[in-house]
Amino acid sequence: MTPTDAKRPLQLNDQGQLRHFLSLDGLPRELLSELLETADSFLEVGARAVKKVPLLRGKTVCNVFFENSTRTRTTFELAAQRLSADVITLNVSTSSTSKGETLFDTLRNLEAMAADMFVVRHADSGAAHFIAEHVCPNVAVINGGDGRHGHPTQGMLDMLTIKRHKGGFENLSVAIVGDILHSRVARSDMLALKTLGCPDIRVIAPKTLLPVGIEQYGVRVFHNLAEGLKDVDVVIMLRLQKERMQGGLLPSEGEFYRLYGLTEQRLALAKPDAIVMHPGPINRGVEIESAVADGAQSVILNQVTYGIAIRMAVLSMAMSGQTAQRQAEQENA
Amino acid sequence: MILPSPADLLPAMARELKAHLARHDIAAARFIGIRTGGVWVAQALLAELGRQEELGTLDVSFYRDDFTRSGLHPQVRPSELPFEIDGQHLVLIDDVLMSGRTIRAALNELFDYGRPASVTLVCLLDLDARELPIRPDVVGSTLFLPAGQRVKLTGPAPLTLELRCLDTQAQQ
Repeated sequence: MTPTDAKRPLQLNDQGQLRHFLSLDGLPRELLSELLETADSFLEVGARAVKKVPLLRGKTVCNVFFENSTRTRTTFELAAQRLSADVITLNVSTSSTSKGETLFDTLRNLEAMAADMFVVRHADSGAAHFIAEHVCPNVAVINGGDGRHGHPTQGMLDMLTIKRHKGGFENLSVAIVGDILHSRVARSDMLALKTLGCPDIRVIAPKTLLPVGIEQYGVRVFHNLAEGLKDVDVVIMLRLQKERMQGGLLPSEGEFYRLYGLTEQRLALAKPDAIVMHPGPINRGVEIESAVADGAQSVILNQVTYGIAIRMAVLSMAMSGQTAQRQAEQENA
Repeated sequence: MILPSPADLLPAMARELKAHLARHDIAAARFIGIRTGGVWVAQALLAELGRQEELGTLDVSFYRDDFTRSGLHPQVRPSELPFEIDGQHLVLIDDVLMSGRTIRAALNELFDYGRPASVTLVCLLDLDARELPIRPDVVGSTLFLPAGQRVKLTGPAPLTLELRCLDTQAQQ
């Protein structure tokens, strides 16, 4: 009955289906594969004349963004609309909380408006988890990025990108480059790659931009870009998160680019058919050269397209699992 | 109960379909199978007709009316329609017609691709259990099943019909 039931993880229902989507940690490979396959089908919907299916007709999706975002917010909105759901987006930094309303009260009000799903982005790690566990257990909660902890839909859209361009994960070398310390994308990518069976995950960063205990993710650490890029199939560049940087971690942006910026010359060290990914927004000339970002190996804009399909899959699977759980609880009550 | 063999039904279905299309002055039709069983029947029917053309496949999972009851079908695959729908005469093929809800979902999906000139419905079996005003134009055989029983098509080669007992939870 209670969402904190110790017998199962918070984000799954009694049948092991997705009910909330909070973190990739602990999700089984089968579920990630099902998510990728469902997203593949939604990708086809995005290519039609009428880019809409009636699956979530009559449901209300509420985007609650406590932190700025353009790509994640708009792609979640589009995803919900393409599923025929009604969608509202709340930019909380400019609304009631600035008038003194607590997070708890804001969310309870949204729940009273009969919202079926919350997509939450918050600067604090664990915010979405907290909401799913303590505030609105009957609303499907999707993590749209929480602090440094995770960005599971970005992680899965990266996996869809790799799967579509490389066919699978079994024989791949994947390098994640840049500001790993502040990057929730890096954490979600490492977890997803490991679960999906990628045998060679590399992280390339200066020591000051690596979190303590990075080895627990089962990755190989490189401090030299040229060494780390050798013969990789996939390069995932990360944005240098200036707004999260509290001084002293880097001498300068110029220095960072000289050592870790992805240039055409350095990309040549990877396999000739290697793809270049970036979660965006890209800082040209800070972590990536324009010629690479716009080059033939770049799949950065494909990632945005795949992001809509992944978010459609996450929204429909979580709605499905949450509905099943509520029905089962009502029948047992 | 003895179920018919699909191979025995196909020649008559092919003849009836030809006659139906001729009667309606349809010279060129596009064939679409509903995943999974309908695709197998469509392939067998095309072979029976001696036609070698690309078959469209439809997965209606995103259009079902029981999402809030049964959730998302776990093995969704992309629909593939390798031709225009707008202004085309379509032959829509499914294995077993029961409530008619799958066909309704398929029609809704097709209309999101365009406005077909006509849709002809072909089904291998009709269980005479329709809940919607949807009737096949061509049907292999009509069966009356005892309560609690369903028919399942296995394939693609050979195509075989099997009788299954329904567990209490499962719904069409």
